[in-house]
Amino acid sequence: MNNYKKNLLKKRYNAERRFQWYGKIAIGLALTFLAVFMFQIFSKGYSAFQKTWIVTEVHYDKELLLIDAESPSKDDLENADYYDVAYKAMTSLDPGLPEEEDRQLIQMVSYKYETEVKDLLLKNPDFLGKIVPIKLTASDDVDQVHKGNYPRDIPEKNRRVNDYQLQIYDMLNERGDILSEFNISFFTSPDSREAELAGIASSFMGTVFSILVCLAFSFPIAVLAAIYLEEFAPKNKFTDFIEVNINNLAAVPSIVFGLLGLGILLAVFNLPRSTPLVGGITLSLMTLPTIIIAARASLKAVPPSIREAALAMGASNMQTTMHHTVPLSMPGTLSGTIIGLAQALGETAPLILIGMVAFVNTIPGTPVDPAASLPVQIYIWSESAERGFVEKVSACIMVLLAFLILMNLAAQIVRHKFEKKWS
Amino acid sequence: MNLILVTFIILLAFTSYYFGRKKALVIQSSQRLTALPKFYGYYLAAWCAAPALIIFVLWSVFEPSIVKTFILQDYTDQNLTKNELQLIYTKVKALAVGTYTGNITNFLDESANKYIQLKGIANSAKVAIILAILIFSLSFAYRSVQKNNRMREPVEIFLKWVLFVASLGAVLVTIGIIFSLLFEAIRFFQAVKIFDFIFGTHWYPAKTFVRDGQPDPELMKDAFGAVPLFAGTFFIAFIAMCVAIPIGLLSGIYLSEYAGRGVRKYAKPIIEILAGIPTVVYGFFAALTVGPFVKEIGNAMGLEVSSESALAAGAVMGVMIIPFISSLSDDVITAVPQNLRDGSYAMGATKSETVKKVIFPAALPGIVGSILLAVSRAVGETMIVVMASGLAANLTMNPLESTSTITAQIVVILIGDQQFGDPKTQSAFALGISLFIVTLFLNVIALSVVKRYREKYE
Amino acid sequence: MSKIKAENVNVYYGSKQALFDVSIDIAEKEVTALIGPSGCGKSTFLRCLNRMNDVIEICRVEGSIKMDNLELNSRKLDVVRLREKVGMVFQKPNPFPKTIYENVAYGPTIHGIAQSKEEMDQIVETSLKKAALWNEVKDRLDEIGTGLSGGQQQRLCIARAISVSPEVILMDEPCSALDPIATAQIEELIDDLKKEVTIVIVTHSMSQAARVSQKTGFFHLGKLIEFGPTDKIFKNPDNQQTQDYITGRFG
Repeated sequence: MNNYKKNLLKKRYNAERRFQWYGKIAIGLALTFLAVFMFQIFSKGYSAFQKTWIVTEVHYDKELLLIDAESPSKDDLENADYYDVAYKAMTSLDPGLPEEEDRQLIQMVSYKYETEVKDLLLKNPDFLGKIVPIKLTASDDVDQVHKGNYPRDIPEKNRRVNDYQLQIYDMLNERGDILSEFNISFFTSPDSREAELAGIASSFMGTVFSILVCLAFSFPIAVLAAIYLEEFAPKNKFTDFIEVNINNLAAVPSIVFGLLGLGILLAVFNLPRSTPLVGGITLSLMTLPTIIIAARASLKAVPPSIREAALAMGASNMQTTMHHTVPLSMPGTLSGTIIGLAQALGETAPLILIGMVAFVNTIPGTPVDPAASLPVQIYIWSESAERGFVEKVSACIMVLLAFLILMNLAAQIVRHKFEKKWS
Repeated sequence: MNLILVTFIILLAFTSYYFGRKKALVIQSSQRLTALPKFYGYYLAAWCAAPALIIFVLWSVFEPSIVKTFILQDYTDQNLTKNELQLIYTKVKALAVGTYTGNITNFLDESANKYIQLKGIANSAKVAIILAILIFSLSFAYRSVQKNNRMREPVEIFLKWVLFVASLGAVLVTIGIIFSLLFEAIRFFQAVKIFDFIFGTHWYPAKTFVRDGQPDPELMKDAFGAVPLFAGTFFIAFIAMCVAIPIGLLSGIYLSEYAGRGVRKYAKPIIEILAGIPTVVYGFFAALTVGPFVKEIGNAMGLEVSSESALAAGAVMGVMIIPFISSLSDDVITAVPQNLRDGSYAMGATKSETVKKVIFPAALPGIVGSILLAVSRAVGETMIVVMASGLAANLTMNPLESTSTITAQIVVILIGDQQFGDPKTQSAFALGISLFIVTLFLNVIALSVVKRYREKYE
Repeated sequence: MSKIKAENVNVYYGSKQALFDVSIDIAEKEVTALIGPSGCGKSTFLRCLNRMNDVIEICRVEGSIKMDNLELNSRKLDVVRLREKVGMVFQKPNPFPKTIYENVAYGPTIHGIAQSKEEMDQIVETSLKKAALWNEVKDRLDEIGTGLSGGQQQRLCIARAISVSPEVILMDEPCSALDPIATAQIEELIDDLKKEVTIVIVTHSMSQAARVSQKTGFFHLGKLIEFGPTDKIFKNPDNQQTQDYITGRFG
């Protein structure tokens, strides 16, 4: 072998190795993106599952509560004035503080602390007249300090927590009066303007209702349409037109469906704005082609021999389809439906257009109550400036991703467990 | 009322199913049935429910607009604009149901009474007509059952029609899209010349906002130029493709040609997770992590970088699109027949030579098709740009500056309460229809290219 | 003179054994035909000779195959260089979806055989002439190879195989997808080619084997039942199974 060919061969093998490396690097990059991404979300979000409390003492002084009755009824407790009692509970942390500076202490707990003081007494009426310890929700800023998300060594004017508050915080922390507990209220509270109080209950219910509405609208229509197209449609121009239509519809940007929802469902049919009903219908229009395509693929996968066997037994076309083909195709259809719904679950843009971004601080009970959805909640919170919302967004993303993973797992299980393999 | 009516129809349908089946069993004692007894039931139930429900739906769709016409007839002599009429109608409706809080004029009170009256008439008429139809169609069907006519065929024909109508659903959605977009867009183009929209280079719709009265036509001319948006959209899509095409294509090739079964089994689904992550999550990631990161790097190199740079949005969008390109090109490459590979290997070609010189050219149409689909996806992507790129429409080709896109503007314009009839709101629909046309164009080409490619190797 | 010498070759697809202890001597510049019923392992054996079995992940080859004292079944062997010396023509014509010229020039390009454009033109012309295709395609060398008829495509594949001047050409049922006229052309071509190269041909047609080959091997159920001069195999085989197959009692 001459030298020229030897060199060439070496070059060729080098090129081969290089090319393999390009491929490996490409895959490595894609996996790295995913890893960085997940790391970011988890490292920012896990702390949202912890809630910070400040423990102090409250004196349920009858005089301050303005309760006159000797043995007060539930109503008396309900209508009492808790302002001073609650105020004192906080200011008692540093009795030496001049009155005009009290605000600094009050700012360390959530603005709803008065309600918390009230709720404790309503739950334990015998606390009346006694001095008892109480847990108050720490303010967003104290919460972030406690979780170590605020740098403490920057100049005071750049900090949201001033030196005095830090001093009180350190004192409480040393005494063990700062508690960190699992944040149940994140799952049970609706949205709020205050990061420490905001929860995902309202948007979670909004998502559930939207998905149910979406399923109710898209699944029957899509399955019936798929059956028609796969089993009964004559081969003609019009059928072709429907097919092209479905394929293109599957690739229309989601925001266009939002415009459709706005222009037709809200403006023409006057359906209630900002509700999961409209959101669900909008999403169902989007999911329709996805389910039709999945259902057709699984109908197509049923071997013709099954149809022939049924037809040969004298079953009509409709009977063959309804008794044999459709039941056999169901696992594939269902798994395609779940995947379509999972896609709809993550949609944001169309829901924003139909007004599901409104601030909702009640938990919706029906599909016609105003609501947000989990992805929209992510959008709303990420537009807020407070640091406390960053961890809420990340936690909300974690919930959303968990939801998606569950749905995809369900799709896998349906497919693998129930699908018959045709050889 | 409506709920009761529908429940009644459905309950009646169920009853007639059992009734029909029973009748069939009675017939059976004297003559041979033409179909299974349950078809007698289906037949009766279908005749009971279908006509009544169809009339019910049609009635519900048309009733409001007919009532509206009647009410507004009284106002025709007052020279009111369309918007004012709409407002009056809303007030009348609110007054009628008792949620109106404004000043009650005599005129309004009268109209509200008329509204209640009309609604009452409409409701009783609806119930009467539907009951009549129920009786008529049921008696017709029952006579047919009695005569022991053929039962299976009509039921199956009916079912087939139901299936057919369902398949029209997709067409209906398309028509809905086109109408909703076109209707508002045409009104927009009455206020703004289509030429100014397509070729204008300033997009600043907020400028046209005027309390009461018409905005200055000169302002309108210069506020709705969509060129910066089109440019921004394609620019960000271009950045996304610069990230997605090399990474996606190379990983697709590696997965289909090199990776062992083990790697393929795990790497492929893991990469596809990237496609399953909701776009709003990417938006958050781009805005919070990538944007500041790009800015920091740029500043360290002494460059002026916006914290909402097109580069950050485009790069994150590119990551989102990687799995589309990788799995589509993986599919396309796998579809290249094995005997072409064998032919090349048998000539002594290495794997990469085979990929580059035989497989890639053979798969090229399919790959181009998938890339076009990916571009269409990038053009239509909304949340990433809304959250990570700017909202001001700059006409720029500098990836470090902020720019805006069609989708982002639609969201910005329509977020919160919209005033229908305002050119700013309508402009969102004009943008929507341009977006629809652009993506439709890309999709049609891509789908036909991919389809032809598949046919070639099947 | 022996060109390829295989000894005790065993091939497995996963846990399934496809070849059992095959030993064979293939002589230089002769046509050796491998016959047998379908699934008997003759193609599997053929693919051992240029290591095409490497493409199949689950395939494992044991035993020794020597070509001019070079061990083919060795990890260290450079398959790229082996395949330059051992060309192959497949059952279904598989020209690349490129021009006729590019199809033939593919091998010389990757192996760096031609140094200049003129040389390449020369190689393409000679190869096509040897494959008896030149006269039909000389005016349309820049047309796509897949546009030719089946027989022309197969001759294009032969031209592609001989463009790198291989020492051995393997043919895997090269005529099974062709009509009788095209088959006759290919057979004529094989006869010409054997002056310069060693040819191993797998065929399901016994008459083809009888027409083109000097030696014939009969495979059955993964075993080489009998190997010898074609005349002897067809007229007077030693083995009863061979006899039964030749006379059409099974297969």
